[in-house]
Amino acid sequence: MESTILRIEDFSAYFGENQILKDINLSTSKNLVTTLMGPSGCGKTTLIRCVNRMHELIPGTKVSGKIYLQNKDIYEMEPIILRRQIGMVFQKPNPFPTMSIYDNVIAGYKLNGIRLGKDEFDKIVERSLKNAALWDEVKNSLYRKGTFLSGGQQQRLCIARALAMNPEILLLDEPTSALDPKSTTQIEELIVELKKTTTMLLVTHNIAQAARVSDYTAFLYLGELVEFGLTEKMFTVPKDKRTEEYLTGKFG
Amino acid sequence: MKSDIRGRIIKDRIFKSLVTLLVFVSLLPLLLILYYITKNGISVINWEFLTQLPRPIGEAGGGVFNAIVGSIMLIIISSVFSIPFGITAGIYLSEKKEGKLCNIVRLCVVVLQGTPSIVIGIIAYIWIVAPIQSFSAFSGGIALGIMMLPVIIKTTEETLKLIPYQLKEASLALGVPYYKTILKVILPAGLSGILTGILLSVARITGETAPLLFTAFGNQFMNYNILKPIDSLPYRIFYYAMSPYPEWHAFAWGASFILVVVVLGFNLIARGIAIKWKVQF
Repeated sequence: MESTILRIEDFSAYFGENQILKDINLSTSKNLVTTLMGPSGCGKTTLIRCVNRMHELIPGTKVSGKIYLQNKDIYEMEPIILRRQIGMVFQKPNPFPTMSIYDNVIAGYKLNGIRLGKDEFDKIVERSLKNAALWDEVKNSLYRKGTFLSGGQQQRLCIARALAMNPEILLLDEPTSALDPKSTTQIEELIVELKKTTTMLLVTHNIAQAARVSDYTAFLYLGELVEFGLTEKMFTVPKDKRTEEYLTGKFG
Repeated sequence: MKSDIRGRIIKDRIFKSLVTLLVFVSLLPLLLILYYITKNGISVINWEFLTQLPRPIGEAGGGVFNAIVGSIMLIIISSVFSIPFGITAGIYLSEKKEGKLCNIVRLCVVVLQGTPSIVIGIIAYIWIVAPIQSFSAFSGGIALGIMMLPVIIKTTEETLKLIPYQLKEASLALGVPYYKTILKVILPAGLSGILTGILLSVARITGETAPLLFTAFGNQFMNYNILKPIDSLPYRIFYYAMSPYPEWHAFAWGASFILVVVVLGFNLIARGIAIKWKVQF
């Protein structure tokens, strides 16, 4: 029996009058990659942002239903505490431009005022960068600015920054959409490697990417969860007609 | 057909030469000002001029040390007053973007920027000089600080608006509280722009004379007390230039030269910071 990390129950989200998500039910298990896939505007980014309550930054959003992280209702937690337990990687790499690579990795500690010894920080930086498959490329330039790296390296730095906080779950919001094919492959390989230790929720509009990296796939269409199940099964024998049409490229 | 093209080429050339010519014409006043001030002012400048106090007429020598110290004090007082308020208001405007209070603040900034400096001097007189019954460095600093405010607010707002939203998201997603996100991520990323704005506003007020007439007033002696009248370079220039004595006219040129060099220096440093400390996103 796999242990559940994240459980979404009867979850709906509204932006003003528009209902963006309709009664989503979904759960993710430890050390597996769950992909949210669907055409633009289907609500997949909204859903992933509701998981760490980043949607609250936009005025006029409302939600109903429950999301549980490790059986705790996230809407009863302080957003600041919740977000420290959830890592997030965005579409565009966004390292902090004023900080060195080293400081970027431990930014979650530094900015939150968590003080540790230099040795411990060194260990966290090395471990996180190794986990993000970036260590060998940057180990000699840790004190240079993170913005001098290439786009793919920057994105792996952002992954390292999220991993440094030991998150319960890592949210990846189309992490390769701003990257070239080579960097995309590297990130995908990294995601597969990270599965050993990390639970991930990945948003992508790239069907092939979903097939390559994920264990479970959820197909969202117009705010509805059309189908959710093992990736292999969904890609070979989709239950819903809309899933089949999407996978065969009839729309989206 | 061919002659038509030649006509166009000629028009093109005339236009280009006209533009170049007008650029030189518009630069001419600036170059002439710099030339005159340097020519008349530099001969007065020496160590004594920079380090001694004014002397009564008839006595040779003396300098403008009290005016230099006074100007520095006024800059410090006005900066202490305007930088915290200006940056805070700039952060508010860049964060809030819309809303009633925001529009009111923006309108106030525009109005304040357009307010004649002498009016600001009178206001500072009514608010500060009249109640404490004395001209003072403090009141002059406040008057100049009010003039700095709109520049600092506007540049801070514009600088922070250019910082990508993704940066704020990155910080908030790490669980960093909003105030720390602003203070430790957003402000450092906009530091060069904000510093540039501060320096430009200082450059702007360093040469202001009108608001000082009712506030700092002027003082031919040395004064370090901020509640007493104080001298300043622009006031000293005004005082010397209005006098009938040729020696004092020369001093006015000398003080003008110092003032122009200082203001030019602030502008150049501001440019340097804007280029060198530019944060790459």
